[in-house]
Amino acid sequence: MSTEITISHVSRSFNGHIVLDDVNLTVREGELLALLGPSGSGKTTLLRLIAGLDQPDSGSIAIGQDDATSRHPKERGVGFVFQHYALFRHMTVFENIAFPLRIRKARQAEIKAKVEELLKLIQLETLAGRYPAQLSGGQRQRVALARALASQPRVLLLDEPFGALDAVVRRDLRRWLRHLHEEMHITTLFVTHDQEEAFDLADRVVIMKDGKICQEGTPIDIYRGPANPFVHEFLGESNHLAAHVAGGMVLADAGFPLGSAELPDGPVQAYIRPHHVVPVPAAQGAWSIARIAATGAQARISLTRGGTALEAAMTADELLEAGLHAGGAVEVMFTGGTIFGPDGAGPVRLNTQKSAHKLKVG
Amino acid sequence: MASRFLLIVTALAFMAVFLLLPLISVFAEALSAGLGAYASAIVDPNVQSAIWLTLIIAAITVPANLIFGVCASWCIARFKFWGRDLLITLIDLPFSISPVVAGLLEVLLFGLNGLLGSWLSDHNIQIIFALPGMVLATIFVTFPFVAREVIPLAQEQGNDEEEAAVTLGASGFQIFWRVSLPKLRWGLFYGVLLCNARAMGEFGAVSVVSGKVFGETDTLSLAVESLYGSYEIQAAFAVASLLAMLALVTLVLKAVLEWLNRDELNAVKRKRTA
Repeated sequence: MSTEITISHVSRSFNGHIVLDDVNLTVREGELLALLGPSGSGKTTLLRLIAGLDQPDSGSIAIGQDDATSRHPKERGVGFVFQHYALFRHMTVFENIAFPLRIRKARQAEIKAKVEELLKLIQLETLAGRYPAQLSGGQRQRVALARALASQPRVLLLDEPFGALDAVVRRDLRRWLRHLHEEMHITTLFVTHDQEEAFDLADRVVIMKDGKICQEGTPIDIYRGPANPFVHEFLGESNHLAAHVAGGMVLADAGFPLGSAELPDGPVQAYIRPHHVVPVPAAQGAWSIARIAATGAQARISLTRGGTALEAAMTADELLEAGLHAGGAVEVMFTGGTIFGPDGAGPVRLNTQKSAHKLKVG
Repeated sequence: MASRFLLIVTALAFMAVFLLLPLISVFAEALSAGLGAYASAIVDPNVQSAIWLTLIIAAITVPANLIFGVCASWCIARFKFWGRDLLITLIDLPFSISPVVAGLLEVLLFGLNGLLGSWLSDHNIQIIFALPGMVLATIFVTFPFVAREVIPLAQEQGNDEEEAAVTLGASGFQIFWRVSLPKLRWGLFYGVLLCNARAMGEFGAVSVVSGKVFGETDTLSLAVESLYGSYEIQAAFAVASLLAMLALVTLVLKAVLEWLNRDELNAVKRKRTA
C-alpha cells in the first residue's frame, strides 16, 4: 500500500488572513521530509490539515491512493507528534503508549507485547510506570513518538519535534530519529524553523514563507542554489551588499570589486556568506578589523571600510595562521557568493579568482 | 530565628483559638449530659428525619452541579461562543448574592403569589415549603463550587490532549471518558467535596424556602437552630456535632485520596512549578 502524501492546491485562511496559499506538495513514500520556515509561514497549519485536525478551504489531500480530504482524522492512518507532546497527564508512560491499542479494544496480551516492544524501541523500559510530568523533555518526546507509532500509522507527522529541548538532547534525539527512520522507513513529514535541524535530518527540505512553498530539494541543492534572497538569508548568515554589474564585473556600490558574473549591466543584490570573505593582512589595506570573536573552533571577524561592514568567518586555526589582529589593516578576497537580479531574479553564482575553476555557475 | 518562632507560634495560636477550640467545644457541649443524652438527642425521630432530608438534598444537588460543572467547563474551555463571558460571570452570581436573597428569589418565582405560583398550584405541584424548593435553593447556592474548580483547570490544560486522542483514533465518546474527564478529576473531586459540604451545611436560602416544619422540612442546620431556639442546648450541640463530624470526614477523605494518589499529584505539582 502506497503511503505517499499528495497535497493539491490547498488553501486555508483564518479570519481573512491567508495562512496557506495554493500549496502543492508531494511527500514521497518512505522519505523523511522537512517543512522549514519562519514562524507564521503556515507549516504547522499544513501539518494539521494532513492529520485532519483542520479542514482546508479548498484543495485536496491524498494519503496513498485515497483522497483523505473529508475523512475523519481517525480514518487517515496518521501518527501525529505534537510540539508540546500532548501526553495524557493522568496516565503512566505505559498507558499513554497503550492508549491507541485500548481504544481499538486490542487483547490484553497483545497490548502488553506491543507496548513493551515500543518501550524497548524508545529505550525507556524502566520508566513505564512514570507519569509524563516525571520525565525529561527528551523522554517525553520519545514517549509521544512511541504512542504515535502504536496506532501503526501509514505516515508520521512531527510538529517541531525538538523545539522545546536543549542543544545536546536535541542532537542526540535527532540522530536517534534518523536511525529510527532508516529502520522503519515510514513516510515522515516534520516541521521545523531550525535550518540546521532540517538539513541534518531530512532527505528533502521544503522551504515555506507566507503560506507558499519557496523551494524544495535536497539539502545540498538548496544550499548551493537558493531560489531567492529569502531562502539564502534563511539558510544562514550572509553579508548583503548592494552592487551593480558593468561589463560582466560585479562591483559593490561602496566601491570595491566582488568578482564576475554572467549578467547584463545594471543593479544587483550580492549575498556573500562569512566563510567566503577572506581577510588578508596588508599594510596599505583599505579594510580594518573592528573585532575578532573566537567561539571555540570558529572565529568571526568584523571588518569595516568607511561605512561598509562585512562579517568574515574562519576556523580558529586559520585565524592563527593568517596572523590577524583587531585594529589591523587588511585586504579582502571573496571566494564565493550569490547574485540576485533587481526583482529577485537569479540566482547567479559570483565567479571569483578562487571559485572560478572549482564551482559551476549555478 | 526568634522571629520565625514568633510567627509560627502566632499562626498556631490563631488556629487553636479560632478553629480548634470551637470544634472541641461543640463536642464538649454535645456530650456534657453524657453519652446517653447524646444518643437520645440523635435518635429522636425529628432529628432522624432531618438527617435523611439533608442526605437527600445533597444526593440530588451534588450530581446536578457536577454535571453542570463538567458541561460548563467543556464548553468554556473548548469553544468560543457568544455569551461565553456572560456565562463565566453568571456562574459567580450565587457567591456574590446573600443566601437569604437566593431563598427569597425562589419564593418570588415559585411561591403562591409568585410568577409561576398559580400555574403550579393549579397543577398541584408544591415547590416552596417542600423538598423541591429546598433542593432548588441548595443547587442555586452551591452552583459555582464544581464549575469554579474545573473551569480554570480545563482552560489551563487546553485542548492538546483531546487532539492527540483524535489522531490516535479515539471517538468523541472515548475522548470524553478516557481523556477529558480523567484529566479534570482532581478539580472535580475538590469541587464535589466543597459542594457537598456546603449543600449539607446551607442555612440561609434553605431556611427561607423550607417553612421549618420540625420533623418534615428541617435539615440538620435548620434543626440546630430550632433546637437552640427552644432552649434544648445540649440537643442542639449534639446535632451540631453531626455537622462538625461531616466536616472532619470530608477532610479525612480528602487526605486519604491525596495520599493514595500521591505519585500522580506530586508529578502534577512538580510540573506546575517547573
